[in-house]
Amino acid sequence: MSRGVLLKGGRVVDPSQGVDASLDLLLRDGAVAALGENLAPDDADIVDIAGLVACPGFIDIHVHLREPGYEEKETIATGTRAAAAGGFASVCCMPNTNPVNDQAGITRFILERAAAADCARVYPIGAVTKGSRGEELAEYGDLRDAGCVAVSDDGRPVSDARLMRRALDYARAFDLTIIDHCEDPRLSEKALMNEGAVSTLLGLSGVPWVSEAMMVERDVLLAELTGGKAHIAHVSTASAVDAVRRGKARGVRVTAEATPHHLLLTDQAVKDLEYDTSTKMNPPLRCDADRRAVIEGLRDGTIDCIATDHAPHTIDDKMIEFDQAAFGIVGLETAVSLCLDRLVRTDMITLGRLVDLFAGAPARVLCLPGGTLKPGAPADVTVLDLDRSVTVEPSRFLSKGRCTPFAGWNLKGAPVMTIVGGKIVFSVDR
Amino acid sequence: MTRFSGRHLLGIEPLEPADISALLDTAETLREVLTRPIKKVPTLRGKTIVNLFYEASTRTRSSFEMAEKALSADTLSISMATASVQKGETLLDTARNIEAMQPDMIVMRHSSSGAPHFLSRNCRSAVVNAGDGAHEHPTQALLDAFTLRQKRGRLQGLRVAIIGDLLHSRVMRSNLWLLKKMKADVILCGPPTLVPPGIESLAPCTFRIDEAIEGADAVMMLRIQLERMSGGFFPSLREYHQRFGLTEARMKRAKNNVLIMHPGPINRGVEIASEVADGPYSVILDQVTNGVAVRMAVLFLLLGGSEVAS
Amino acid sequence: MPAAPGYRQRQVLMDNDRLRRTLQRIAHEIVERHSDQAGTVLVGIRSRGVPLARRLASMIRDAVGVAPPVGALDITLYRDDLRMSASQPTLRGTDIPVSIDERTVILVDDVLFTGRSVRGALDELIDFGRPARIELAVVVDRGHRELPIRADYVGGVVSTAREDIVQVLIEEEDGQDAVVIIKPHDALGELSSHATRAVNEKARKPSSPRAAARRRR
Repeated sequence: MSRGVLLKGGRVVDPSQGVDASLDLLLRDGAVAALGENLAPDDADIVDIAGLVACPGFIDIHVHLREPGYEEKETIATGTRAAAAGGFASVCCMPNTNPVNDQAGITRFILERAAAADCARVYPIGAVTKGSRGEELAEYGDLRDAGCVAVSDDGRPVSDARLMRRALDYARAFDLTIIDHCEDPRLSEKALMNEGAVSTLLGLSGVPWVSEAMMVERDVLLAELTGGKAHIAHVSTASAVDAVRRGKARGVRVTAEATPHHLLLTDQAVKDLEYDTSTKMNPPLRCDADRRAVIEGLRDGTIDCIATDHAPHTIDDKMIEFDQAAFGIVGLETAVSLCLDRLVRTDMITLGRLVDLFAGAPARVLCLPGGTLKPGAPADVTVLDLDRSVTVEPSRFLSKGRCTPFAGWNLKGAPVMTIVGGKIVFSVDR
Repeated sequence: MTRFSGRHLLGIEPLEPADISALLDTAETLREVLTRPIKKVPTLRGKTIVNLFYEASTRTRSSFEMAEKALSADTLSISMATASVQKGETLLDTARNIEAMQPDMIVMRHSSSGAPHFLSRNCRSAVVNAGDGAHEHPTQALLDAFTLRQKRGRLQGLRVAIIGDLLHSRVMRSNLWLLKKMKADVILCGPPTLVPPGIESLAPCTFRIDEAIEGADAVMMLRIQLERMSGGFFPSLREYHQRFGLTEARMKRAKNNVLIMHPGPINRGVEIASEVADGPYSVILDQVTNGVAVRMAVLFLLLGGSEVAS
Repeated sequence: MPAAPGYRQRQVLMDNDRLRRTLQRIAHEIVERHSDQAGTVLVGIRSRGVPLARRLASMIRDAVGVAPPVGALDITLYRDDLRMSASQPTLRGTDIPVSIDERTVILVDDVLFTGRSVRGALDELIDFGRPARIELAVVVDRGHRELPIRADYVGGVVSTAREDIVQVLIEEEDGQDAVVIIKPHDALGELSSHATRAVNEKARKPSSPRAAARRRR
C-alpha cells in the first residue's frame, strides 16, 4: 500500500452520492480510499483545502487535441496541461486529426502520447466513418478495444441518413455512442454565423436555426428506430433542445451537451466585437431566445452535460478576414470559471448541479470511469475556490490556442487544483 | 457647426445625424473646388493615402483618386487582385507592410465583410471603408444622399424605394442607415429569396415592386450581381426583369419628378430598363459627379482636422 | 499660459462710430488710388472680411456711383496650420463672382496678425487666375508678422502682446460693431493714436521717408 493523499478541511460536493458537506477525502493507490469526517491516517500527505470545494474530477467530453497532424494548433501534451489548468481531470478527444482517428493504431498512438504527457486523462473518440468522409463505417470493434469511448465525425455531420442509421445500429454491438455534429450541410453552406438580424446588419452569410434542428430531429428519430445511443454535440438552438426533450420523453436513448459560449453569448457578440474572429465557431452563437432555451434545457435536464468544444487554432488561422478564419475557440481554461460566475453565482443553477454537469453527467453519457468520489472510484478530484477572482488572459493560457471571446472577462470562482489518479497535476499557489 | 466624431469611416451605422450633416455640408462646399479653373487645393499636401482595393472597382476607386488629387494628397493605388494576394500574403501582413510606409489613410475595398474593421484594429492610419462584402459602402450612401439633397433640398420626409438584391447589397445597408438617421421614409422591395432576415425591423419591405414605387420621391435600383446568382435565388433573369425590374410603365406610379438612382454598374434589361436608366429622371451620372465631392469631404474631415496633432 | 476667463480684461479700441469712420477712410483711400473702379474686385477673407468688403463696396459706390464686385474667400483649404487647430475646421466656401484676370484684387480682412491667412488667401486667389495686382486692406494691424507681408490700407495699428486677442466685431456676424482687445490680467495695451496717424499718413503717401524709416526699424 503506497502513501496516500488526504484532502483535509474542504467542502466536498459530490452529487453522485448526494454529498455536500465538510469532509476529508483520502486518496490511495489511484483510487478514492475514504470520504469522512476527521480522517487521520498516519501514512498520508496532508493537503489543506480549508475554504475550498472538492469535487469529482471534471470531464470534458468534447475537446480537439489536434494531435496527430495539427501539432501547430495543439498537442496532446499542451492540451492536457490546459485541461488540468482548467480543472478537467479527463478529456475526450475528437477524431478529426490528420490522419483521422478511424483505426486502432491511431487510437493507440493518442493513448501513448497521453501516457507520456502524464497529465489529464485522455479518452479518444473514434470516427463514425473511415476518414470521416461519411461513406463507410469505421471498425468500431477495433476502435473500442483500442480504447475509444465513442465515435463521431465531429467537425462535420453524418449527413447521409442511411449511414447514420447503420452507425447507430452497428454501434450497439460495442455499446458505443454516436456523437453527431448536427447541421444540414446544404443549409450551412458558406455560412459564417447565425442567420438573423445581426448577420443581416453585418452582411455576413448566416445559417438558419433549422439547419441544426432538422438534423437533431433526424438523429433522435434514427436513435428511436435503431435503439442506438445518439449524443448531440454542442446544442445551440431552442428547436434542437426541444427535439431532444421530446425524444427523451419517449424513452429514446439520446443525450446532449452544451458549451459555455452557447450558454453565455449571442450572435450580438460578433457585432459588439466588430467581426473579431473569436466569435466565429460552428455551431455559431445564436440569438438570445435560443441561448435562454439552452439554459432552460440545462436546468430541466434535457441537456445532460457541459462540454467545451475546445478547438484551438494558430494565430494565422484566426488573425485574418472573418470569412476566411477557422471556426472554433478554446475553452478548457475558461469553462469552469465562466460557469461558476455566470451560472452558479447568478443562481441559474446550483453548485451541485454544475458539478454534476461537469463530472457525473459526462461520465454517465459515455460510460466513463470517474465522475464520482465513491470509495473505489478513480482518484480524480477537481478543487474549486469559489471566491477566487480571475481575469481571462489568453496570453497566459497553457493551450497553444489563444482565441476566445471571453478575453478580459473578470470572473469569480476558479479551479485551483486538479488531481488525476491521486497525483496533483495542477495547483495554483495560494 | 461642423462636427464629425470618428477617426475612421467604417460604416454609416455608427454615425450620428450631425456627422452625416457635417459630411454633406462639407461636400457641398468642396464641390465648388471642382468648378475652379485649377481644380486642386493644397489642403492635404504631404499626406499619403493608400487605396487598397481587393475587389475590382472602376468607379469607386477613380472617384477616390480624383478626390485625393483635388486635395493634393499623395496617393498610391494597390489593386490586390493582381498583387500579393496571389502570393498568399495575409491581410495582416499587407496591412503591416503598408503601415511601414506610414500612410495617413488607407481606403479599402474588400470582399469580406468586416475587413476594414480588422485593418483599423491593426494599423495606426485612418481607415475609410470603400465597400466591404455585403456590409456597408458608406461613401456610396453619402453621395446618394448628397444627390437627393441637391435635387430635393432635403432628406427628411422623402419617400425612397430601394429595390433589388437586398440580401447581398452593402449599398442598401448603408443607404438604409443613412436615410433612417436623416428621417426619410424607406421602403424596401425584392424577391423574398433576396430579402435578408430581420430587415423588416428596420424598414417596411414588400415583394411587389408597384407597391414600392407608389408615390416614391426616389427609386434606388440595386445591381443584380450575376456572379452571385448560382444560389438559385430566382428562376431566370427574364422573370426577374418582368417582376422586379424598373420599366417605364412601372415608373408612372411614382411621383412626377421621381429621381432614378443606381450605384452602378448597371445591368441593362435586368434590374433596370435602358429607357429608364437613360431617361430624364435618371440622376445616375449626377451620382458619379457628386461622388468626388463627397469623398473629398470624407478625406478632409478625417485628415484635415485636429486628430493628427495629438 | 492663457489666463482664466474671469481674469481677462477687455477694452474697446473702436466703437461703432469710429469703426464706421475708419472704413470710410479706407474706402476713400481705395478710390483715391483706383479712380477707375471697373478694374477692381474686393475679396473678403472669411469670415469677417466678407461683410467688411461689402461695406467698403457700398461706401465706394456712394463716392463714385459704381460699386466694385465683391467676392468671398474661404482659406481653410489653404491653411498651413490645420494640423495644429484644436477643432475640426468649418468650411464656408469660396465665391469669386467674376474673373480676376488682369484686375486689381483688394483682399479685405479684419485683423492682420502673423500674415499666414493672407499667405493662404494669395495662394488661393492665384489658383483662380492672374490678377494685375493684389492689395490688402485691414481694419487693425496688430503686429507679430511671421511672413514678409504688409497691408496697403490699414484702419489702425495697435501694439499687442502675442497672447492678446484682437477682435473686430461686425454687426452682420456679431450683432455689434466694435474693435476690442482682450488681454490676460496684466497691463492693458493702448491703441496708439500716434502709430495710427503715422500709418494712415504712410498709407496716403507710400513713399513717405518717415514710413520707410519705420519699416526699416
